[in-house]
Amino acid sequence: MKRLLAIELQKIWKNRASKVLTIGYFVILSFIALIASIKFDIGNFKLHFAEMGIFNFPFIWHFNTWIASGLKFFLAIVIVSMMANEYSYGTLKQNLIDGMSKKEFILSKFLTVVLFASVSTLFIFLMSLVLGLSFSSYTEFGIIFSDLEYLLAYFVKLLGFFSFCLFLGVLIKRSAFALGFLFIWFLVEKISYGIFKFEIFNRSPIVDDVYAFMPLESISNLIIEPITRLNAIRSIQEAVGENSTKDYDIHFSSIVIVLVWTIIFIYSSYAIIKKRDL
Amino acid sequence: MESPILTIKNLHKRYGKVHAVNDVSLEIHKGNVYGILGPNGSGKSTTLGIVLNVVNKTSGEYNWFGGTMATHEALKKVGAIIERPNFYPYMTAQENLELVCKIKGINYSKVKEKLEIVGLIDRKDSKFKTFSLGMKQRLAIASALLNDPEILILDEPTNGLDPQGIHQIRDIIRLIASQGTTILLASHLLDEVEKVCSHVLVLRFGEILYNGKVDEMSNKSGYFELQSNDSQRLIEVLKNHTELESIKETEGKIIAYFKAQIDATELNKFLFEKGIILNHLVKRKLSLEEQFLELTNQ
Repeated sequence: MKRLLAIELQKIWKNRASKVLTIGYFVILSFIALIASIKFDIGNFKLHFAEMGIFNFPFIWHFNTWIASGLKFFLAIVIVSMMANEYSYGTLKQNLIDGMSKKEFILSKFLTVVLFASVSTLFIFLMSLVLGLSFSSYTEFGIIFSDLEYLLAYFVKLLGFFSFCLFLGVLIKRSAFALGFLFIWFLVEKISYGIFKFEIFNRSPIVDDVYAFMPLESISNLIIEPITRLNAIRSIQEAVGENSTKDYDIHFSSIVIVLVWTIIFIYSSYAIIKKRDL
Repeated sequence: MESPILTIKNLHKRYGKVHAVNDVSLEIHKGNVYGILGPNGSGKSTTLGIVLNVVNKTSGEYNWFGGTMATHEALKKVGAIIERPNFYPYMTAQENLELVCKIKGINYSKVKEKLEIVGLIDRKDSKFKTFSLGMKQRLAIASALLNDPEILILDEPTNGLDPQGIHQIRDIIRLIASQGTTILLASHLLDEVEKVCSHVLVLRFGEILYNGKVDEMSNKSGYFELQSNDSQRLIEVLKNHTELESIKETEGKIIAYFKAQIDATELNKFLFEKGIILNHLVKRKLSLEEQFLELTNQ
């Protein structure tokens, strides 16, 4: 396993574009901390994020993992291109000739995906811990380490999304087209959802239940946006009379759905490589 | 007897309607240098692709080293170059070879030694994308040699190279062959195969036409080039020779083919006794090119 990771990391690390993107990803992740310093003073209206409670434990786990997951596209590019390059350089063929099995090849890619997801999760964990300890109103041990399932959900979210990217790289062979396809797939899910939900089934909740099984929708369902959970926003909502009963918890079922997709994507990647004449 | 390095039995490959490899069976034994000959599209590369785990067979079997290990494990003991050199363009020569070491599970100690053999040691820190085609091909050979392989497989190693590059690659191949490494060389360049190979395999439309030693390829033992002041009489006399198969006249010389082995002295004596004095007598072997054309034109 160490051998397979070492092979893959050399391929990524020696590539300047991948290296810059990976470093850039972590630098930008750490910029989440800068949200703390955002302050608006517009007459009577004062907006200071750090004082609004976004860095309170345990809410910070929810807030930071949600913000951080928006940056996953950086690594998605790295993952898609690491796969597509193997085709365009002909090195997939060469790796196999040199004595890698097709299984090992996919495994080395998957291990890299797991590594990216794990390092991101660890990074967010440590950063949130530091931010929380500096700004949170509550620092009791029991409160700090409650709601950690958001980190698990974040890990699964990245794992599922990166596996999807890897699968598209294997299937489509060209990084630009694979990323384009990813975007089109996103649109297809969203638009078809809109059509079914509002035009055909007349706002039936069954549409939501079905779409919870779609790959991108299930990935985005893992962590629900935390903005409307903030006290400040909530009081505005109540003022305009909207009654929000949103469920912000992490559901075991959504984690299982994404993990099943991960297995499908990785296994299909293997099946494609196995079946193709390279 | 030692088990063969590679055994192929009744291998077939179909791409839709095209039958690219048709019932190919062969054995590769240690220490020999094999040539695979065939026109473009005759199934050479497909056959090699199948045994190298990159093309899926339609039916048939193959196994490496007597079938004692999985194909990808066996390939760690094989060095192979197919068609064009495939490396990561953004890595240096040395980094590329180190990656191959990681894949094969060996340490880096041989990297410099092999770069030296192919004459790239001065360019070891240059990125692969800055290399010329000849240098890329030489790096591919260095990579194939990294694990001191039991067998070296080369598919069109001189394709697209300039004469100097071809010469360099041939020198390297000859050097490796002289060290006793088994080599399998696929090529459509006949003189290349003739110069280095002991055994030859001729393919056409995916079928094996010949499989054996180079010098036993044709049942004809060779032919004589003869010239005399009186060509007419020479032809008449030759036609009376019991072993003669055919005769033709080109550029003033008589070319005579015989069914059996005929010694030059014997023939000379025979003609002299019939009163013909030759001014030109050469016994020639069929070149590989002539043998190849004869086989593939059947």
